[in-house]
Amino acid sequence: MIAHFPILVIVVLLVAAAIVPLVGRINRTASWLTACAGCLASFLMAVSILSTVLDSGRISYWLGNWAPPFGIEYAYDPLNAFVLVLVSFVAFMVAVYARDSLEKELDPHRITPFYAVYMLFVAGLMGMVATADLFNLYVFLEITSIAGYVLIAVGRKRESLMASFTYLVMGTIAATFVLLGIGYLYMVTGTLNMADLARLLPDLYHSKVVLTAFAFFTVGLTIKIALFPLHNWLPNAYAFAPSVTSTIMAATATKVGAYALIRVMFTVFQPEFEITVVHVTQVLLFLATIAILAGSILAVAQTDIKKMLAYSSIGQIGYIVLGVALMNHLGMIGSIMHILNHALMKGGLFLVVGAIVYRHGFTHIQDFVGLGRKMPFTMAAFTIGALSMIGVPLTVGFVSKWYLALASLDAGMWYFVPVLLISSLITAVYFWRVIDNIYFKKTEKEEPATGIQEAPIGMLVPTFVLALLCIVFGIFASFPISVAEQAATLLLMR
Amino acid sequence: MSTVDDSQHIMRQIAARVSIPFIQLFGLYVIAHGEAGPGGGFQGGVILGASVILYILAFGIDDGAKRIHQWKSDVLNSVGLLVFAGIGLLCLIQGGNYLQYNALIAGNPKLASHLGIIGIEFGIGVTVAAIMITLFFETARRDVK
Repeated sequence: MIAHFPILVIVVLLVAAAIVPLVGRINRTASWLTACAGCLASFLMAVSILSTVLDSGRISYWLGNWAPPFGIEYAYDPLNAFVLVLVSFVAFMVAVYARDSLEKELDPHRITPFYAVYMLFVAGLMGMVATADLFNLYVFLEITSIAGYVLIAVGRKRESLMASFTYLVMGTIAATFVLLGIGYLYMVTGTLNMADLARLLPDLYHSKVVLTAFAFFTVGLTIKIALFPLHNWLPNAYAFAPSVTSTIMAATATKVGAYALIRVMFTVFQPEFEITVVHVTQVLLFLATIAILAGSILAVAQTDIKKMLAYSSIGQIGYIVLGVALMNHLGMIGSIMHILNHALMKGGLFLVVGAIVYRHGFTHIQDFVGLGRKMPFTMAAFTIGALSMIGVPLTVGFVSKWYLALASLDAGMWYFVPVLLISSLITAVYFWRVIDNIYFKKTEKEEPATGIQEAPIGMLVPTFVLALLCIVFGIFASFPISVAEQAATLLLMR
Repeated sequence: MSTVDDSQHIMRQIAARVSIPFIQLFGLYVIAHGEAGPGGGFQGGVILGASVILYILAFGIDDGAKRIHQWKSDVLNSVGLLVFAGIGLLCLIQGGNYLQYNALIAGNPKLASHLGIIGIEFGIGVTVAAIMITLFFETARRDVK
C-alpha cells in the first residue's frame, strides 16, 4: 500500500470531502471528525513520502499506469515532499481548531458544507504540490481557488462577499494567465509533463512563444502569491473571512503559490533561462524589496489585527521571492525555510486572533488592553509568534532571515541586508504596539475582575503546537535546513 | 402565479411532461456514449440535471420538491464523487495504479477498461446532475423567501 501513498495522500482528502456532507446529516461533530481524520491520514502519508524521498530519492507515480510524458505523473523530490508535509500538517492543526471557532463564527447550517469545502481546498493545495504535470497543476489551482472564494464568502460580515468577489476576479485573471502560459508551452513543445518540458525547452529559449509563456506564468503566479503591486485582493480577503479561513489561506495558500513559482522557474525553466535570457530576477528582486518594505510599513498603519497580519504577510512573501530571485544556493535555502516558518508563525498568529474573536469578538488592536491577564496562554503563543516574525534568535524566523542575509552577501548584493534589518525593525514596531496593549497598558475604565477567560482546549492546543514549533525549529533547525539544502541543490545544479 | 391563466399553465406542464423522458434518455445516452466518443459525464449530467430543473420550472418549486427532495440531491452530490474515487481505489485493490481500469478484472483488461470508464462517467454524471439541482434549489429558494 505504501507504493500508492503518492496518490492516496490526495485521494483521502477528496473522499473525506465527499463523506463530510453525508455524515453531516447525523451531526456536525461527525463531519468535524471526518475532516480531521482525512487531514491526519493525509499528513501521515505525507510524512511517509518525505522519509522515502530522503532515503531513496525521487518518487514517480503514474496515474492509471500511463507512462509520462503521455500520462499524468505525480513526482516527489525533497522540495515538494517537504511542502506536502507542511501543508497537510497545518491543515490538520487548523481542522482540529476549526470546531469551536466555526460554531462561534458561522451560521449553524453552513458549518458542515464549510468542512467539505475546506477539504477540497486542502486537496487542491496538496495536488498542486504533488503533481508533475503542468495542466494538472492548473486544475488543482482552480480547485483551491474556487474553494477559497467560498471559504471567504461564507463569513458573516457583509464585506466578506465583496472581499471574496475581488479575490475571485483577481484569482480568475491569475488562473487564466497560468492557463495561457501552459497553452503556449504546449503549443511549442507538445508536452505538459514538467520533466519533459525541462528537456525540450532549452532549445526554444529564444522563441517568442516561450518568452510569452514565461511572462504569463510569472504574472499569474505573482498574483496568486500577492507579490506587492498585485496584492490588492489579499488584505480584505484575510480580514473579513472567518478565522479558520484566514489561517489556512495565510499559512498554506500563498506558500503553495510560491512553491509553484519555484517549480516553474527552476524545474520547467532552467536557472540559466532566468539569468541569461529574460533577466526576470532583477525585476523580482526589485518587487520583492518593495514588498518587504511596503508590506511592513502598511502593517504599521493598520488598526485591525487581521489586516495588520495580512499586510505583514505581503511583506513575508517578499522575503520568499527575494531568496528565490537571488538565484543562489543560500537564497533558495532561505526561501524554503521561510515557506516553513511563515506557515508556522503566521498560522499560529491567526489562530490566536481566532481565539480572541471566539472569546471577545473584537479584532481592533485598541481593544486588546488587558488581554494578557484574561488569556495568558493564548497571548504567550502570540508573543512567541511575534518574536519569530521579528526574527529574534532561537526562533525559526531568525533562521531564514539569516540565510537570506548570507545569500545577499554571497550574491554581492549587500544592499539587501539593510532592507532585511529595516523591515525587521518595522516588524518589531507593529508587533510591539500589540504586545504593549496586551500586557502593559492599563484599562481606563474599571472593569469587573473577570479572571481568566481562556480559549477552549481544542483551540489552545493547535495554537500552541504551531507556536512551539516556531521555537523547536528555531533551535533544532538542522533537519529542515538539510531538506531545504537537498532541494536547493536539486533546483540549482543541473 | 395568478397572473398566468390556467390554459398556459397546462400547456407548459404537458410540454414538460412529454419532453422530460426524452431529455433524460438523451442524457443517459450522452453519459454512456462518453466512453467511446464525444460526450461523457459532464455533458450528460448537465442534461439530466436540466430535465429536473425543467420539471421544477413547469410545476413550481413546491411540486418539484415533492418529486426530488433537496436532501436527495445533496446526498447524490457526494455519492457520484464517491463512485469515482471508489472505482479508482478498486483498481488499487486489484493491484493496479490509481484509476488503472484495465486492472479491474483480472484476465480481461479490455472489458475492465470499458466498465471502469463507464463507471466513472456515471459517477461524474450523477454528481454534475445533482449539483445542478442543488444550485437551482439554493438560488430559487432564496427568491421565494
